[in-house]
Amino acid sequence: MAYSDKVLDHYNNPRNVGSLDKNADNVGTGMVGAPECGDVMKLQIQVDDTTGIISDAKFKTFGCGSAIASSSLATEWLKGKTVDEALQISNTEIVNELSLPPVKIHCSVLAEDAIKAAINDYRTKQTKRVPVAEAVA
Amino acid sequence: MKTPIYLDNHATTQMDPRVLSAMLPYFTDIYGNAASRNHEFGWAAEQAVDKARKQIADLIGATPREIIFTSGATESNNLAIKGIAEMYAEKGNHIITEATEHKAVLDTCKKLEKLGFRITYLPVMADGLIDLEMLKEAFTDKTILVSIMYANNELGVIQPVKEIGAMCRERGVLFHTDGVQAVGKIPVNVNADNIDVMSITAHKLYGPKGVGALYVRRKGPRVQLTAQMDGGGHERGMRSGTLNVPGIVGLGEACAICHAEMAEESAKLRALRDRLRNKLEAELDEVFINGSMEHRLPHNLNMSFAYVEGESLLMGINDIAVSSGSACTSATLEPSYVLKALGVGDDIAHSSIRFGIGRFNTVEEIDYVADKLIDVVKKLRELSPLYEMVKEGIDLSKIEWAAH
Repeated sequence: MAYSDKVLDHYNNPRNVGSLDKNADNVGTGMVGAPECGDVMKLQIQVDDTTGIISDAKFKTFGCGSAIASSSLATEWLKGKTVDEALQISNTEIVNELSLPPVKIHCSVLAEDAIKAAINDYRTKQTKRVPVAEAVA
Repeated sequence: MKTPIYLDNHATTQMDPRVLSAMLPYFTDIYGNAASRNHEFGWAAEQAVDKARKQIADLIGATPREIIFTSGATESNNLAIKGIAEMYAEKGNHIITEATEHKAVLDTCKKLEKLGFRITYLPVMADGLIDLEMLKEAFTDKTILVSIMYANNELGVIQPVKEIGAMCRERGVLFHTDGVQAVGKIPVNVNADNIDVMSITAHKLYGPKGVGALYVRRKGPRVQLTAQMDGGGHERGMRSGTLNVPGIVGLGEACAICHAEMAEESAKLRALRDRLRNKLEAELDEVFINGSMEHRLPHNLNMSFAYVEGESLLMGINDIAVSSGSACTSATLEPSYVLKALGVGDDIAHSSIRFGIGRFNTVEEIDYVADKLIDVVKKLRELSPLYEMVKEGIDLSKIEWAAH
């Protein structure tokens, strides 16, 4: 299969690889997928308490090149957005940006799910306001 | 050293230049139809075909008249299984095969199932081999055929063919084996191995594509099969169609070279394979060999690099041609059914790479491949949330994943 230049670029130079402190109040972690399905994405956001803007985003992905590129791109797009804006990111935008073929659409869906899961985790923490170690869901 | 490097010799092999040289005159100068009995053009073609028949027969311990030419192993497998099923339908309707066969065998059996035959698909053990006890129990008084491959195309594991053949012989059941990966690579002898019918193809043993053969035993027992194509009654009536003389010459020459050089070549390939394995195991943790190492083709290595997905691994080694059992590299998005049949988790199947080392590979190439793989696996593990979790001491099997 031929990969688009953008997928290759993200694969060769993945952006924002790493981990944030999953126990921090202002960090939301989303982990989606399953090893037996061939892809697992962990996506984390760090939200600025005063501005409500996502100040940092990190990812780690087990999966094919398109899955790696989708999550790498997602972290790029997340930074600088408010949480509400981030919720607007849809998988079709990822598909278009990376020119993903039909068989790879599920990679973009997974990235969207990871964003939503991370935001959900962040919001849950905000309402509870107690540090909980349940990032790995 | 030139890139890309070809390490996918279970898929196909580069044609040996000696094979090409042998074939060339038969495209231009010696173009007769081997079935033309009344002139020199036909005689010359027939002579070339006869020589090839002998070269193939010599490699597998058969006699030339037991070799039927086909277009390749898919046709040979179809002809063997459907031809025997049709010929012996009155005797019984039960066929035994194995879960990790090539699709040319499995789908042929499925077709027969629709026509009323009963098929037993034997599972394999964790090492990829069938359990002879299970085979013994699978026989019924309706069993007419057992079809078990000699060596597996993904795992390279070698089945206990001789014992399977003996069990069939005892019961008066015919034994067909798909010999595609084994013939020319390891000693195969249809008499010592109790084989009645065997599929062969040229392009897996450094010959041309589009030509193959079916060994059909003539004595003890005499195997009959119903032709699957109607026509001029070539090949003792079993396979009609004008013979592909240049291809057949190529198959014969390829077999002769394999026969002459097998001992030396398999030792060389085994050394290269072990070198690759040792280097990878020395530098990487959490790598696993899929299938038996003891009963294995000398040129095969099938390894899983845990916590790294196969397709992303192939992307990182895009100047090296290998295959992966990962779902993402298949059209169906299903991981390899062969690896799944071993009972390894799907995650291990997704992380697998099949290396098929061949006649033209060098030590330099193997070292390059090993170094590059080590590099890419390390890089992808940096990216892998699973590897991170394992290093933190988390047991991945205890996590409730949201399967999708």
